[in-house]
Amino acid sequence: MATYSTNQFKNGLKIMWDGDPCSIVENILVKPGKGQAFNRVKMRNLKTGRTLEKTFKSTESVEAADVEDRGVDFLYSDGESWHFMEPDTFEQFAADAVAVGDAAKWIKGQEHCVMTLWNNVPISITPPNFVELVVTQTDPGLKGDTAQGGTKPATLETGTEVKVPLFVEEGNVLKIDTRTGEYVSRA
Amino acid sequence: MLQDIRAFFDARGVLEVETPLLASAGNTDIHIESLSTVFGDQDYYLNTSPEFAMKRLLAAQSGSIYQVCKAFRDDELGPMHNPEFTMLEWYRTGFDMFHLMDEMEALVLALSSDSPVTFNRFSYTQVFELYAGLNPHRASASDCRDCVIEHGIEQPVGMGENKDEWLDWLLTQMILPALPSDQFTFIHDYPASQCALARLRVNEAGEQVASRFELFYGGTELANGFHELSQAGEQRQRFEGDNKIRLLENKPAVKIDGLFLSALENGLPECSGVALGLDRLLMVLIKSTLIDDVLAFPWQRI
Repeated sequence: MATYSTNQFKNGLKIMWDGDPCSIVENILVKPGKGQAFNRVKMRNLKTGRTLEKTFKSTESVEAADVEDRGVDFLYSDGESWHFMEPDTFEQFAADAVAVGDAAKWIKGQEHCVMTLWNNVPISITPPNFVELVVTQTDPGLKGDTAQGGTKPATLETGTEVKVPLFVEEGNVLKIDTRTGEYVSRA
Repeated sequence: MLQDIRAFFDARGVLEVETPLLASAGNTDIHIESLSTVFGDQDYYLNTSPEFAMKRLLAAQSGSIYQVCKAFRDDELGPMHNPEFTMLEWYRTGFDMFHLMDEMEALVLALSSDSPVTFNRFSYTQVFELYAGLNPHRASASDCRDCVIEHGIEQPVGMGENKDEWLDWLLTQMILPALPSDQFTFIHDYPASQCALARLRVNEAGEQVASRFELFYGGTELANGFHELSQAGEQRQRFEGDNKIRLLENKPAVKIDGLFLSALENGLPECSGVALGLDRLLMVLIKSTLIDDVLAFPWQRI
């Protein structure tokens, strides 16, 4: 079992904590000149995305997490699993709904995503920052309202509902920021 | 700052010295790791402070001396730590710890000419009783743990039954944050178990304490000083004790400095000495909280 000592801690290091793989996002040394050193660590749980803080007595060791990020293309969903392929190796991965999480709201096929694997099993999918999706349903906007900045709901081809400006019509292709879930522009 | 420091010691007849940064032996302190390098087929340690070499000069009748030099410590990098830093270390023959604190106040005053400066002095007992409600000399490791729990402070992963670890944790979490901000505070009379190179004595309450002090600005540690231990035998026992603990904690044992111990055997004059981190002092004077602000080239840029 690989382990890391606190003096190897740095941002991006993947460790096991409470049975889940975590990524260190901040590591601060607390040390009296002639006293015991401590590492105050902020880490992100790679399964839940939640951030937690923990302090370690320095020289403690923690288990390393076998975690890697791979660039993959989204192929299709069969309702139970989402299927991805690494373009260089043609290696295919199936991710479950928990791993795909919110990414499912934005991907329809062909998108290049980042897949995080833990012990070779997908645990999270990060969609591209921006995606382009077709509007499948929205109420007609009122003429003359284009400059007012009002919004209305629109359903995209992935089934996700977003707020859009009043001038958007069914069939329009929209650019969406997946990090905020907000409309950016018409593509 | 360097000019003012030199003028300060020049006016007091303290001699500036320079000692080697490399030494064939290192610092056994269980919480300080040395960096080392190789010359020929022998390992040399980079000094973690110039203490041993300067005490050899003192034993050779140098009289009071000071030095500004680089010190190096492995595994110390963070907002307040750089592995290479600048130290002002000085020794005063015939001074006790309190006399040296007086001189330190004068130096800090001389270096912060444009702003009013306030100094406080507390014993380690006083700050712990005041801010943690605990007598640090009489409390046990589990008393310290209870204090941590009672105050809703996190318990670090990996803490055991070593009381000094708990005291250090309480110090960093409860004591230092509570010290008067924007003021200098001396804490003196550390627990005997944290004596390092200080002599031991018995305080008014009948507890054995180390004649050791530290200087803080707010909660920022600036300096560490001792009324220096001069018994070679006791010093050797402390070094050997350190190395035993190092082996138990899977840390490398450090070669004990025989030249330093022989100097003590020859006779170290009665003296007190202190090491002041100049990078930290500069941070305080310019009101910065990042050591990178006072380094020409921070660690990421060397």
